[in-house]
Parts: sequence; C-alpha cells; structure tokens
Amino acid sequence: MDPEQFFAASRLVIVAGKGGVGKTTVSATLARAAALTGLSTLIVEVEGKSGLPAVFGQGELGYDEVVLAAGGGPDGAADVRARTLTADAALVEYLRDHGLSRISRRLVSSGALDVVATAAPGIKDILLLGKVKQLVREGVADLIVLDAPAAGHAITFLQSARSLIDTVNVGPINAQARDVLSLLEDHRQCQVVLVTIPEETPVNEAVETAFSLEDRVGIGLGPIVVNGVYPPIEGLVVDEPAVAATADEADVSLRPGEAVALASAARFRLDRSALQAEQVARLHAQLPLSQLRLPFLFSAEIGPAELDELARVMLAEIDALAGLPQ
Amino acid sequence: MTGPAAGRADAAGSPEVAGALADLVAERSIIVCCGSGGVGKTTAAAVVALEGARLGRNTVVVTIDPAKRLADALGLKGLTDTPSRIEGDWPGQLWATMLDTKSTFDALVVKYAASPEQGERILANRFYRNISGALSGTQEYMAMEKLYELHDETDFDLVVVDTPPTRHALDFLDAPRRLSRFLDHRLFRLLIVPSRGIVKAVNVAAQTFLRTVSRVVGGDVVDDAVAFFQAFEGMEEGFRQRAARVNELLAADGTAFVLVASPRRDTVEEAHFFAERLGEAGIAVRGLVVNRVHPAFGLGADGGRGGGDDGPGAITAMSAAGAARRAETLAGTAIGGLYRNLAEFQAVASREHAHLAGLAEAVAPAPVVWVPFLRSDVHDIAGLGEVAGYVFPRAADVGGG
Repeated sequence: MDPEQFFAASRLVIVAGKGGVGKTTVSATLARAAALTGLSTLIVEVEGKSGLPAVFGQGELGYDEVVLAAGGGPDGAADVRARTLTADAALVEYLRDHGLSRISRRLVSSGALDVVATAAPGIKDILLLGKVKQLVREGVADLIVLDAPAAGHAITFLQSARSLIDTVNVGPINAQARDVLSLLEDHRQCQVVLVTIPEETPVNEAVETAFSLEDRVGIGLGPIVVNGVYPPIEGLVVDEPAVAATADEADVSLRPGEAVALASAARFRLDRSALQAEQVARLHAQLPLSQLRLPFLFSAEIGPAELDELARVMLAEIDALAGLPQ
Repeated sequence: MTGPAAGRADAAGSPEVAGALADLVAERSIIVCCGSGGVGKTTAAAVVALEGARLGRNTVVVTIDPAKRLADALGLKGLTDTPSRIEGDWPGQLWATMLDTKSTFDALVVKYAASPEQGERILANRFYRNISGALSGTQEYMAMEKLYELHDETDFDLVVVDTPPTRHALDFLDAPRRLSRFLDHRLFRLLIVPSRGIVKAVNVAAQTFLRTVSRVVGGDVVDDAVAFFQAFEGMEEGFRQRAARVNELLAADGTAFVLVASPRRDTVEEAHFFAERLGEAGIAVRGLVVNRVHPAFGLGADGGRGGGDDGPGAITAMSAAGAARRAETLAGTAIGGLYRNLAEFQAVASREHAHLAGLAEAVAPAPVVWVPFLRSDVHDIAGLGEVAGYVFPRAADVGGG
C-alpha cells in the first residue's frame, strides 16, 4: 500500500517488543520513513536513556523536544523530533493544568508519588499515556511514535488504563484513564507495531504479546516488524572444492586458507538464513499479521546513513503490503 | 590491526584464564549473573549452576522469567517457591527455582511481624498487595532476599541467581535502602500520626494533604495506604537490618558477580555501566560471558569455537579489507558473492571485537568467555551442556566438535 496512506492511518504508533530485538532502531526507522513521506514525526521515549539519539548521531534526550533529523533536502522530508517523558514531570504538568499546582511540587519532591503509585499501580503509566494522549490531541506532529517499555512491561503499561478505571473509580485520574483507554481502543488513532527477530524465543514472545494486547487491551495491531533478517546472496557454495571450482571458473586464485574461510562463512550464512526462514514462517502461521522485514546490517553500527537505508527498505516493504482491509 | 584473534586467544583460548571461571564455580558460594535484557542471562545462570553440579556441588539456581521451554526443561512448572531437583548424570545436585516476588515478600512480612495478627493484617491489605508489582526495585530486592535465604537457611553449597531483565537491573544494590526509605517515608510518619496521638496540628496538616491527594486518586486508595502504613508500624527496623545483612552478603568474599553481555554496541555500553555501578558499590566483576558472538571467519580464530582452535591460522594477516576489496572487484560473479559474504561477517566480527576489547579491559583481570551464535535457542539440558562447552572449556571439548 501507499506508505503515505499507511502512516496517515493512525496518529499514534506504539512500538513494542522484548529486549534485544531492536525496538529502538525500529522506532527510529518508522519515524524516519514517515518523515521521508513528508509527515512530521515525534518519537516519544518513556524509559529514560536509550540508544535512540545515537542512531541519529545525536547526544542525550531530555523532557524538552529536540530535532533528531532535520527535514528538507532533495526528498522534501519532514523533521523527526524526539523527547523523553517522565512520570514526575507529567504529574507536575497534569496537576498544574488541573488547578492543583499548589500540591504538585510537594507530591513530587516528597517522593509521595511512589506511595500513591503503589496505592494505585499503573498511575505512573497513566500519567505518561495521558501526556501522550495530550500530544496526539494537540497535533504536535503528523505522527507520534511511542517507544514503549520492553515486552512484559509493555502489556502492563498499555493495560494500566483499564486496571486504573477499576482501582480509582472517581476523580480526575479516573477520567484520565477513560480518556487514554478511548485513544488506545480507537484503531483509527492508534496502533501497535510489534518488533521481533527471526529466532525461536523472540517469535514465541511476540505471538504471546500480540494476543495479550488484543485480548486484554483491545488495542489494534499494525504489521509486525521482523528485524535482523539476513539478506540473501545468490550462488553461495559451502564446501572447499566447490569454492575452489567457483574461483577457477572466474579465474581467481585463492590465497592460502581462503577456501576454508569462504566455505565456512557461506555455510554459516545459509544455515542461519534457513533457521530464520523457519522462524519467519512459524511467525506467519501463528500470527495473522502482515510482516515488514528489515535486513540485518553487516556494514556498520546503525547511524544516520544506515537509518536512511533501513527507512527506505521499510518504505518498500510497506509499498508491497496489500491495502488495509476496511 | 591485531584482529579479533588476539582478543579471543586472550579470552577463552588460554586454559588458565578459562579455568578461572570454573574456579569461581568450584570455590564461591554465591554467583550473581547480571546484565541487560535479552543477552542470555538466564541461560548463563543455568549453565553456571549445571557446572556446579558437574563439579560435585549441591547447587541451586534462582531464575527470573525464563523462556517457557527452558523453564520446562528445568522442571519449573509455574511459580513455586520450593526448588525442584533436576536429575542428571553429574556427581553433585542441581536444583532450580523461579523467583516469586510476592511470596518472598510475604515470607519476610510474616518473619518480621510482631504477631501473627499483624502479619495477616498486612498480607490482606490491598496497598500491600500492590507493592510487589508496582514499587520499582522490589523484584530486584526480592531476588537478593531469596538468595540470602537460600544461602543462609539451606545447605546448598552454591546459589546461582539471575537478575531481572530491566534497564535498572542493578537496582538491587540500593533497592533494600530504597524500600526502607519508602517504609520510613515522611508521609508514612504523617499517616500514622493518628495512631500515635501526637500534636493535633500536625494531624490536621496531614489530613489536609491527604484530602487533596484523595481528590486526585480517590478516597479508597488513600484509606488503603493509611491502613497499610499503620499496620506496618514497628516492622521497619527488622526490614532495615535484614537489608543490611543482604548487602553485606553481596559484598562478601564468597560472592562473585558475573557480567553477561552480547557484543552489540548498546548492550556493551550497558555492560560498562553495570561494571561501573558494581565498582562503586565495592563489588568486582569476577567474570564476563559474552553471548551471541559472530564467528570471525578467516581472521585467525575459528569463531565457531570461540578461540579453542586457531582454524585457518595461515591467513591471520589477511585483513577484512582484503575480502571486501575482492568482493567489490568481483561483484556480480559467484565468487564475488562468496567474498562479499565473507567480508560481511568479517566486518561484523571486527566491530564486535572492537566493542568487546574495551569491556574486557574494564573488567580485567576477570576472565572473559565468548559464546558463539548457536544453531537454536537453548531449551534443554543438552543445550545448556553445549553452552557449557564454551563457558567452561575442558581439554576434551576443545576442538572436539
């Protein structure tokens, strides 16, 4: 489908996945891809320090917005901006907006938020999500990408609204929770993009997370991103004589020991590619979501240039998707 | 450039160094495996415990949130506080248990309650029931509490513990202190004022504050919290002393911390951070296990064996750039594809090596072992044995396949 249409389909994309699958890279890739279609994007982080700014070649993030990738250029891209949200800051803002600034400083500075958060678990999550909801409502960007907490916590995080409505049955927090829930349940405003890698345990956990999110949160699932897929190389042969024969054909003389290295590297690639293909097929069989596959980057650690490469693959993958069933 | 070969030989190749990790398992009574999420910490902890049993020790491993199939292999059917024994062909004993934060906390409350009634009142309180799930650091603290309990109150020779997979995985270092602070909170003091009958004026201020908080979160929530802090009164000191003893145990000679990492930039950065934090707490890293290392084909070490075998050593001098150049000049041909593939893996291996060199230095003189990518995820004892072959190489294993 048309990437522009794809990104315009929801105002908020929540990226979730277990540790080590490249959730932050995928958040950055989605944001940059959307920016390349001309949509201004804001990445929101809620877990503090991450590798996000490094991917854009920038320093640390704070509560205030910064531009991670300036738009313009030949592509006419829009900006990618980012900020970190904390529950404490969100609480102070929230109380101020609700005419309670008098107690806000005291609540935060006395550490009482910890006590209140224990009394009503999920209250920090709802403060963060409430802030995100406010950003969506104010239209601070065409697309907001929320880099959610890792796997297990992502479910608790997104479920916080529903649990809080039961615990706190009156007052502004209750209203806030209802508001957040209506955003999460509105499939035209919000979708979750799960991230996994083509390996056994991450695939199992992605399947479990997907079902939990749908059943327990009622949130809409977008395509699942399969990260770190080895791109194929044609014509690899895996034993030394075949490598030697291939070299002979091309009139290339191998240096001593090279045949072994070439053959064992080829075997490793083909073995792992086969394992990955198995896992991708298993994921497809167990989870009826479209897949967007991002390549493993051999060349370098992910920086701005690599991010652009990934963003273009992402756009091509989206382009290849069938249109959304309405 | 020295290439990954040098690092690998230093790391896993020399038997003295590799032996050092086995020495920890043979001599220490507690091994804590720490590292960021997704780096294979649970597997590493299980492998260390298996080695303990193989060395004839009575060993227990406390895991946190293992992947389902590994949990099944370890006989962990759901949360249970009692270790279950894993039978196998080893001279010692291997036991496993999964951390149950809530029941560990419950046991502590019961232990330090002045009367059974006080204990029951706390356990039944809704606010208390939320603590294990909501107060950050509680899981980390209870993992250490479990470790203390297993070490102090059972006759296991070796307790191996996995740490929670959070970004704040080292919170256990100050979680006991944080929890005491929480229980000893100023607000707590305000809340229990009514039961102490101190000056009325303070009480009024507290009530005003509580009323305002109630406006935000509702009265029930505040009532629960007040009831909890009142019920808890008098127990803080017991908790504080216990926490102090746990911290002493973590810093004791019989305890060793093993850092688990993967060779990616971000996880290596986090591992550096962990090593620093441990250092600040006066705790040295005694070993480093790096999982999921890419093989370094043609760079002098056979990555498949993590240094056990020098492989095609003749081309050690051939730099990654050599294969890359040939891949470029021969692009589009079959041999060009073979060179490109080789060059790609060499680039990854060199990069991983560069990330890890600094880390190995930061934890020096701790032994470092590299575990390569394996064919599949570890989900049975045989799989643990395969990883053990890299972490604790024996003469028979090296080069054996």
